Amino acid sequence: MSDIGVDRWVEESGGRQEQYSGWTAPVRRLFDRIGTGWGLLIFTVATATFPLLVSQGGVRIGITVLLLAMLALGLNVVVGWAGLLDLGYVAFYGFGAYFYAIVASDQLSLHWPTWVAIPVIVIATALLGALLSLPSRRLTGDYLAIMTLFFAQVFVEIVRNFQRLPGVSPDFDLTGGPNGITGVEPWRLFGFEFDTFTENFYLLLGLLVLLVIGLHNIDKSRTGRAWRALREDTLAAEHMTTPVNRLKMLAFAVGAAIAGLTGTIFAAVQVGVFPNNFLLVFLITIYAALILGGMGSIPGAVVGAVAVAFTPELLRNPGTAGWLFYGGLVAVLVGIFKKRALAVLAAAGVILLGVLVRVTALGVWDESILGVANDTFTGRLLDGWLLVLGDQQDIVSNYAFILTLVGVLGVIVTKGWWRMAVLIPTAYLAILVWENKLALQPSVTRQLLFGGVLMVMMAVRPQGMLGTRRVEIT
Amino acid sequence: MTTPILEIRGLSKAFGGLRVIQTLDLTVGAGEIVSVIGPNGAGKTTLFNMISGIYRPDAGEILLDGKSIVGASPEKIANLGIARTFQTLRVFLNMTVRENVMVATYGATKTRIWQSVLQTGAARREEEAVKRLAEDKLGFFGERLMGYRWDQPAYSLSYANRRRLEIARAMAINPRLLMLDEPAAGMNPVETHEITELIGRLRDEAGYSILVIEHDMHVVEGISDRVVALDHGVKIAEGSFDDVAGDPRVIEAYLGYRAADSK
Repeated sequence: MSDIGVDRWVEESGGRQEQYSGWTAPVRRLFDRIGTGWGLLIFTVATATFPLLVSQGGVRIGITVLLLAMLALGLNVVVGWAGLLDLGYVAFYGFGAYFYAIVASDQLSLHWPTWVAIPVIVIATALLGALLSLPSRRLTGDYLAIMTLFFAQVFVEIVRNFQRLPGVSPDFDLTGGPNGITGVEPWRLFGFEFDTFTENFYLLLGLLVLLVIGLHNIDKSRTGRAWRALREDTLAAEHMTTPVNRLKMLAFAVGAAIAGLTGTIFAAVQVGVFPNNFLLVFLITIYAALILGGMGSIPGAVVGAVAVAFTPELLRNPGTAGWLFYGGLVAVLVGIFKKRALAVLAAAGVILLGVLVRVTALGVWDESILGVANDTFTGRLLDGWLLVLGDQQDIVSNYAFILTLVGVLGVIVTKGWWRMAVLIPTAYLAILVWENKLALQPSVTRQLLFGGVLMVMMAVRPQGMLGTRRVEIT
Repeated sequence: MTTPILEIRGLSKAFGGLRVIQTLDLTVGAGEIVSVIGPNGAGKTTLFNMISGIYRPDAGEILLDGKSIVGASPEKIANLGIARTFQTLRVFLNMTVRENVMVATYGATKTRIWQSVLQTGAARREEEAVKRLAEDKLGFFGERLMGYRWDQPAYSLSYANRRRLEIARAMAINPRLLMLDEPAAGMNPVETHEITELIGRLRDEAGYSILVIEHDMHVVEGISDRVVALDHGVKIAEGSFDDVAGDPRVIEAYLGYRAADSK
């Protein structure tokens, strides 16, 4: 018997909305169950054991990941929470790094103690951030983006050409020009010197944990709420007693301070700073991490940074990259056909086509056209079925590559059995190109694959891995 | 007579050559509900935008409790005690219902960002108090915005509930004067009736002085102590609902010259 006047559907709607769907659902449910505090603890312990399991090179990659995570967290304050499209962010990172390099190296023979240098640099970067927030009083969206982008470009140019600036004596070499500054000293705190990768890794991990806790506290405070209100509707926020201009300035300053702090460790770890470390490409990487992880989400920024910094490293190994390639191929086959049987049929078609091609080719020419299979699991597995070419490898795979692209277009525009007819040769060509060319050039391939992964990810989950979908319509 | 909460004297505003408000006088006394009516384009919302600080008037005075607020920012004016809602809803869609209301306590709270970071005792106490205040304001609307709704995003609310949420948000400022811009717009007859009762309760129970723009004459009749009719930025009538509704100039403004003549 139901109670009169109680709308069960409405009452249970909250519960329904919390039921996640899609492939990240189990992860998200797990996240909900363990809660933020436990999640952080698990992440910290897992990350802390990382350097014990890998080589020095691995730790170095770990440092890159943690640096990117800190940067993504800082960017999240400005872009994710306050909703200000800041494309000058990378300059704050550079500013912190250069500032530290100048006061902790032989460049000007300054050797500030770390406990002096770090607070000074963080405050200086925050002030610079506050200064750059001034255009945001008037400009929002695209216009603010252009303005801040200009700032990022100017920073690199100033650093590169410092001695040539008007009013600067040619003898005064502050930034080292295009050669940068080398011999940057490590952090020294309480008599301890952070001079190995492992020590810096733990330093970064400690700072990251503190940062996550601090940002989490801000997120649920009045400041965090006011930032989000400002992002949602600036005019309404202003009418609800929030000082929007001061809040914009604060968001820029906090984001910049985090970037500046991260920059000092980067300079210390790299033992130097160079103008090329702070180009727009790197800005895009930070944005990619934040967007992939989920704009506005603290765990999202960290997870996004791990994904963006780690995936290309994993793809350096042709074997790992191969798994991703064939996995993607299978996913396409399964995804394109609604019925499983058709996907199996397509796979059988590809195998049959491969046999036909091999037999025909070996019949027309002879075994001398064959080369050596790749020394990967898939390479060895497919040897004897696929045509792995010798002398003609480059030319054939170049043509095959172009044909593959045409085939992909064909698969997109066709339907039904035509699609099957186009898909089978396209898939075969893709495998041919992969084993003959792409697997041999991991440096190029990993970028292609990574781009593909990002595109698929964003198509599947536009709000990012751990982000919340935002509603814009009223 | 005591000082009115809001007093407007000789207010004028032009956009280019279009004179939207012309030498308007208006007062809202303590505990009074004043309705502003008029056809589309009469300048009602412009009047609200000037009072709440979006536009700066070309001439004239706006006094809150006898002190001028002309030229102050919307944030300042809200802090001084004027809260408003919007004709086109402007709730923070991607924030929870409770957060929407909590935002409006920003000006009345003091926690600094580092206190939030360190979660000091003062910060936690203030946060707790703000949370209770928000729940209290939402409680004013009975079951509709209670319980499980608090933690839902505002976009999950129905249109009518969004209107209620906007009023709750304005209430969280603890204003001296509450300005409602077409609170019954887009509501069905039952909801319109509820809004009429609600506005009465806002005055009687919560004790606000209220300035309201409304097109629905049943609502205007039900709530108003005084009605002000605008047309082309000029006040054409003022008085009780019956006086204003029967005024030939008002009928002319709404229905045209002949309608007024035949009356």
